[in-house]
Amino acid sequence: MIKNQTSHYGLISIFIHWLTVIIVLGLSVLGLWMVDLDYYSEWYKTGPEIHRSIGVLLALLLMFRLVWRFLSPPPASIESHKVWEQISARLVHWFLLLLMCAVIAAGYLISTADGRGIDVFGWFVVPATLTSIPDQEDLAGDIHFYLAMTLLAMAALHGLAALKHHFIDRDGTLVRMFGR
Amino acid sequence: MKKLSKQNWLRGLFVGLALSATAGTSFAANYDVDTKGAHAFINAKFMHLGYSVLHATFKTFGGSFSFDPDNLKASKVSINIDVASIDSNHAERDKHMRGEKFLHTDKYPTATFESTRIEPKGDNKFVLHGDLSLRGVKKAVAIDATLINHGKDPWGGYRSGFKGFVTLDMREFGVKTFVPMHTVDMELFIEGIKQK
Repeated sequence: MIKNQTSHYGLISIFIHWLTVIIVLGLSVLGLWMVDLDYYSEWYKTGPEIHRSIGVLLALLLMFRLVWRFLSPPPASIESHKVWEQISARLVHWFLLLLMCAVIAAGYLISTADGRGIDVFGWFVVPATLTSIPDQEDLAGDIHFYLAMTLLAMAALHGLAALKHHFIDRDGTLVRMFGR
Repeated sequence: MKKLSKQNWLRGLFVGLALSATAGTSFAANYDVDTKGAHAFINAKFMHLGYSVLHATFKTFGGSFSFDPDNLKASKVSINIDVASIDSNHAERDKHMRGEKFLHTDKYPTATFESTRIEPKGDNKFVLHGDLSLRGVKKAVAIDATLINHGKDPWGGYRSGFKGFVTLDMREFGVKTFVPMHTVDMELFIEGIKQK
């Protein structure tokens, strides 16, 4: 099943979900590591290049994901979930999506602050748009960092909640994301 | 009345002499650095990997100087620089240079230069000695300076312009990164408008 069903996730949503997990964790580790690299490190230039390029690709994935959400809405909550669990899960899902958009936007504003576009693996260039915010690269840099940390905290909460459903409530919340 | 000690008396004499020395050369006029019209630049040049030379400019700075064309010795210079305003035409590089490993502008936002003495070299050239405070380190530096010219401007003001050159070893200011490309050539082009 490609599309989501009323009680099951389809392959596309499952694939996007886990791909996003890998990318977000990977970009977080790469981002935190690369900013402390020595100037003469062989990764000093390539690290940020990969980070920027993957970030742009994540933005594309995210756009597709939002479109897909409307074309093929996620399944309904599991019936055994309490109302507060259903509401907080929804809130966290949307918060995660919103945070990813904001982190990517802030990152884009760092790299394009001087009018330079972002070259994605040499395949295409995302042009700069906003360039005249005062102290743009510094301000966007701080926002990028703190929102990314918030995203990681929210993702951890989201993951812990799934584990709680799996091991304590023993319901199908987590395995649903593996196609069960 | 307090009795004047010998030491204090001597000190008073010196202060008096110093004051009269200043008074004797009081043709010196005070100038404000023309940053408003951007007729002044503080630029940094540094090697990139030993292959090329990068240029950066400090966009925000200010200062004033007193200057007497007939007695360069009586001149005085005071400059303050917003270090975070460094601009090398590449936002990410600027952000990197503002970081902890290099200029650390969050902790040390301002650099100042206060002249201590001027050593005339003839032909409008002089060495401007002073204290540079940068990145929390205060060091004596000697700027090779030249009076370019001075005179009236077309708009009713009076201007004088200088250029200066000094090489800084960033290791002396606590920067350990970028070695062996640790020296920065500073170029100063300072035009002042006489205060009214």
